[in-house]
Amino acid sequence: MRIVAVCGAGIGTSAILQTNAERAIAREGLRGVVSASDLAHVADQAADAQVILTSPELVEAVRAAIGRNYAELVVIENYFSVDEIADKLIDAIG
Amino acid sequence: MTAPVLPDSAVEVGAVVGDWRGAVAAAGAALVRSGATSEGYTARMIAVVDELGPYIVVAPGLALAHARPGADVRHEGFAVVTLARPVDFGSVHNDPVRVVVALASTGADAHVAHVAALANAFNDPAAVDRLAAARSADEVRAFFGAVPAGNGTEETR
Repeated sequence: MRIVAVCGAGIGTSAILQTNAERAIAREGLRGVVSASDLAHVADQAADAQVILTSPELVEAVRAAIGRNYAELVVIENYFSVDEIADKLIDAIG
Repeated sequence: MTAPVLPDSAVEVGAVVGDWRGAVAAAGAALVRSGATSEGYTARMIAVVDELGPYIVVAPGLALAHARPGADVRHEGFAVVTLARPVDFGSVHNDPVRVVVALASTGADAHVAHVAALANAFNDPAAVDRLAAARSADEVRAFFGAVPAGNGTEETR
């Protein structure tokens, strides 16, 4: 599974989301690779991704940026909640 | 792993601000005091929210202010401002904000120590409460497992 964490700047919040998504994957015993991206590069970064993680405020901008892409868009409210990220990842790939 | 560096100048406890701009500006000023950034970076952190909305409020009560790497970042660093009174950023799920952490980075891979320290510190759901209750720079440093000064590499980079 390829997962991309997206924020506006490509550092900071997306790196936090990437780190905590990696923890969720490890905890649940899932197979996956997580990368971080900014909005400007998400179309390329997510070209072969199954899941895109982002925030409620950015989800529409991400949707517009990726265009025709079959990745599942998953909205994370608390970037530090490994529980929330794990539950939503399992839903997305299930 | 290298402990994150958090000098006294990068911490403000109980800041009095009127709104979210004031909160981000206070965190930006702390980065400037610590030597990590110049003023332009503060303006860019505010512009990120103007442009993209309050997505930097990443957990209940916590804003993670940041902007892209740029010439106004002198070295990587982070700053912590706790607010005397919480302010709203417009976040549906995570308002009001009580703590602003500002992050400055010289490149996408340059801030891994800070990101890991933040992730470790805030994975505990009670963490923002504990940090908001800190009364000194020492208590804030203890929360992050941070040290007051680097080994010299931070300043010479």
